[in-house]
Amino acid sequence: MKYLDEYRDGRVAAKIVAEVRRVTTRPWTLMEVCGGQTHSIVKHGIDRLLPAELELVHGPGCPVCVTPLEQIDKAHAIARTPGVIFTSFGDMLRVPGSQTDLLRLKSAGADVRIVYAPLDAVRIAQDNPGREVVFFAVGFETTAPANALAVTRARALGVDNFSMLVSHVLVPPAITAILQTPGNRVQGFLGPGHVCTVMGYREYEAIARHYRVPVVVTGFEPVDLLDGVLRTVRQLEAGEASIDNQYSRVVDRDGNAAAQRLIWSAFEVCDRKWRGVGTIPKSGLRLRYELHGYDAERRFEVGALETREPAECISGQILRGLKKPHDCPAFGTRCTPASPLGATMVSAEGACAAYYAYGRHREAAAP
Amino acid sequence: MCLAIPGRVLEIFEDRGLRMGRADFGGTVRKVCLEHLPEAGIGDYVLVHVGFALSKVDPEEAERTYRFLEDLDQLGELQAPEAEP
Repeated sequence: MKYLDEYRDGRVAAKIVAEVRRVTTRPWTLMEVCGGQTHSIVKHGIDRLLPAELELVHGPGCPVCVTPLEQIDKAHAIARTPGVIFTSFGDMLRVPGSQTDLLRLKSAGADVRIVYAPLDAVRIAQDNPGREVVFFAVGFETTAPANALAVTRARALGVDNFSMLVSHVLVPPAITAILQTPGNRVQGFLGPGHVCTVMGYREYEAIARHYRVPVVVTGFEPVDLLDGVLRTVRQLEAGEASIDNQYSRVVDRDGNAAAQRLIWSAFEVCDRKWRGVGTIPKSGLRLRYELHGYDAERRFEVGALETREPAECISGQILRGLKKPHDCPAFGTRCTPASPLGATMVSAEGACAAYYAYGRHREAAAP
Repeated sequence: MCLAIPGRVLEIFEDRGLRMGRADFGGTVRKVCLEHLPEAGIGDYVLVHVGFALSKVDPEEAERTYRFLEDLDQLGELQAPEAEP
């Protein structure tokens, strides 16, 4: 496919690796922010092509992973409600809550449906006027416009049997939280390419300046990721800390203004709890006041839910780049994708699940 | 989750006030919302996430980045210290 295949070219990748080796003189720790980037790095073994001085740690950018257990349990309570059609992106179906997951609820008789686009959930509501249709609106800024479109469309078309369970998160507050963590190891960031197609990278300029840390907006293919590493290392070696845009074929400084307007027409910023990490101030989105009628948490009384996470799970430290999957004694033994203990194992884009999927649990320790 | 892939716009139509289209993703054709990407026209490549076109792929920027990376080894040679005459 055009604009994908050429960024998977091993010949070009080898050239970049050689250049990274040439410019690296000291140890540096880099974090890729996005779960999609983590998955691609582990899948293609990109971290293992790099010189020993460079360490990649894996960031919090997997929205499925960081959706708090309370919201997952609420989703399950709503999906169990008679008459409800519960719609969700496919990635959320296997994520375990305190008791069950959506896939198991579906096989037990709940009407759970996977949608590709949030607008499809509105269509399902129009086609089923006698039923309550709930959409599980999770995601980062990349997904926020599409989710905003669904709820604003439902209102415009008068589809009153549609509502959303919102658990949206934002990247810049998470990066800031990582940089403020005592013992932070991250010296440079591969920035979230697709988040920046929507938001641009102005917000990251302030982070780079304030924390003296290079941020390179980076794509998702192997050549993109290696180029992102190269650009970050060049800055670090030169003592620079600025924004660079590796993903200029789809990202510019201002992002998509129309998509941003759409986001703010439906959502407002709120504090949000991240699974494994805890509450990060102003790190989430919730429905605006005018759209409270479409808020599934208000429409369905799910009551107070008590949740408990396994104490031995270290996903909070992994999500902040303090530890890696092999540092956890449960990794690959008591904790697997089929039976995950916490955030970074629940989705294919979580660091632990990616390591497991590509056989790294069979290795004694990280290289 | 933030998976977004480039597709070529084949057709553009209106669906009750929304600018929609169909795009070709390497042989798979899917419906795409183009409402928030007014600059995208037929034949353009757009980056699509969950049925929503986020941005237009800039062919010149794509070419520029790629050429630059392809030429990396030549640049490396240029940057090598010059031999004493």
